[in-house]
Amino acid sequence: MHFDAISLINLITELVRAVTSHNLIPMAGVGGDIDVSGPINLVEIIKFSAIFLAGLGAVFGIGLAIAAQKFAVKVDPKVEQVRNVLPGANCGACGFAGCQGYAEAVALNPDVAPNLCAPGKGGVAAAIATITGKKADAKEPQFARIMCQGGWSKSVKRYKYEGVEDCRAAILAGGGDKACRYGCLGYGTCSKVCPFGAISMTEDHLPFVDITKCTGCRKCEQACPVKVIEVLPASKQVLVACHSKDKGVDTRKNCQAGCIGCNMCAKVCPYDAPSVASNLSKIDINKCKVCGLCAMKCPTGAILDYIPQRPKAFVMDSCIGCGICQKVCPVDAASGEHKKKHAVDRQRCIGCGICTSKCPTQSIDGTFNAPEIMAAAAAKKAAKQAATAA
Amino acid sequence: MERLFELVVAASLINNFVFTRYLGLCIFFGVTKKMDTSIGMSMTFTSVMVISAALSWVVYNTIMVPLHLQFLEIMVFIGIVAGFVQAADTIMRKVSPGLYYKLGIYLALIVTNCIILAVPLINAGEGYTFLESLVFGLGSGLGFSLALIIMASIREKLELADVPKPFRGLPIAFILTGLIALAFIGFSGLITL
Repeated sequence: MHFDAISLINLITELVRAVTSHNLIPMAGVGGDIDVSGPINLVEIIKFSAIFLAGLGAVFGIGLAIAAQKFAVKVDPKVEQVRNVLPGANCGACGFAGCQGYAEAVALNPDVAPNLCAPGKGGVAAAIATITGKKADAKEPQFARIMCQGGWSKSVKRYKYEGVEDCRAAILAGGGDKACRYGCLGYGTCSKVCPFGAISMTEDHLPFVDITKCTGCRKCEQACPVKVIEVLPASKQVLVACHSKDKGVDTRKNCQAGCIGCNMCAKVCPYDAPSVASNLSKIDINKCKVCGLCAMKCPTGAILDYIPQRPKAFVMDSCIGCGICQKVCPVDAASGEHKKKHAVDRQRCIGCGICTSKCPTQSIDGTFNAPEIMAAAAAKKAAKQAATAA
Repeated sequence: MERLFELVVAASLINNFVFTRYLGLCIFFGVTKKMDTSIGMSMTFTSVMVISAALSWVVYNTIMVPLHLQFLEIMVFIGIVAGFVQAADTIMRKVSPGLYYKLGIYLALIVTNCIILAVPLINAGEGYTFLESLVFGLGSGLGFSLALIIMASIREKLELADVPKPFRGLPIAFILTGLIALAFIGFSGLITL
């Protein structure tokens, strides 16, 4: 049998005639059998199906339209606007159930502050303030800090743990496999729960927080079973990275980098910030001026200084000789005669930056906070000029 | 009464819609990553299933069978489900916002579920009575919930296990489903309908 155009057309017309003249339409049932139930009036079928489908569509359309009208929920457009401004990570740092929850709360409730979104930082807070008409003061960013330096190479293990590679699982096995009960277990739970990918595990099985990504959402703080993660303001950059309340001897046996409660930090601090209680030193973050002296003097290296570099200070020619730097310097590095240009002893200077921030004429440069101080002073001057000119 | 009980057991265990008939798999794999989404989905699904089975039976038997329009069943059933789900969405939003925020997101997913179409089709094909269709829908909902909960509880544990890289995520889930389906073969022949 060969197929050419003519025979094909003949075949099709024959089929159509068979269907229309005999009026037999086979119907396939779900069970699989094909049931042909007698001759059917095709025109009637088409008429009925058209009416039926149109009727069904009309019923649904009208029904839904009426339902939409009667059950309309008034949605404040501000909620939508705020929702679009939020990052959408649904991390819960604001304390509400996801970004939609916070959008509704801040738009409809006058008591909710506009600056609660930690990942959004200043930009989002300002945008929300504009949309809702509330005032937003910039909140200081917060970072997660790991209060343990006991990586697996520095610390001792009590037993060999072979189980699920998760700190929450390891802690169930008698409090974890680390000899020090207070230390980081190193199986990476914090890294897994961080919604921003800010925590990564180092070779030594210690978490490393990338502060450019950390938003202070506190998910790692909640997930850590040993509670060794603390979320603190960004400016608190000198911290005792240890939670061990064991006696110094025991701490030293369990970990090379732990706090032994020797009190050296409290002795050298010019601001009385560290204090030792239960064999553990804790720095009072309200008194600490992040000078970094204790970090230098700590014998085990338990105190961490997060400021990456501390270049030394030097005095510029704009010095008026007021002597404030001499008063505030914790190591007595600044000196000079009254009303004459002061100088900083580079041997003594530890680069803490306190003199830079206290100098009334911003004449000290070189420390890590110098660019910030200069920029702030220049901005203040420009604002003052604009105010007097206006 | 016996017949109804047999139908429930058949729909939920013997011919479980997920493990024996392989229907509704995209939602099955999507929702079973966490236990709470699975529970929410199973509750919403069962309620939507029972009501759409009822609605579909009414439309089928009162309008379509007398007019010999059974060939339109696929379109009409999908239309009914979609319309009902949209209406439920609108009404739930106003009447109980709490319930809406918990379960409302699943409503949109259910419309594209194969099982929602399969149950009215089976009801129509087998010619069940109204009560039988309702019970069949309920049984299918129960079977789907069972499947979701079993899968979610295993998958949550699987997150922490050391799965080889090529198998992570969906592949191991499929293998898992196959194993559970193998187990469900044990139910076959429990009741001969």
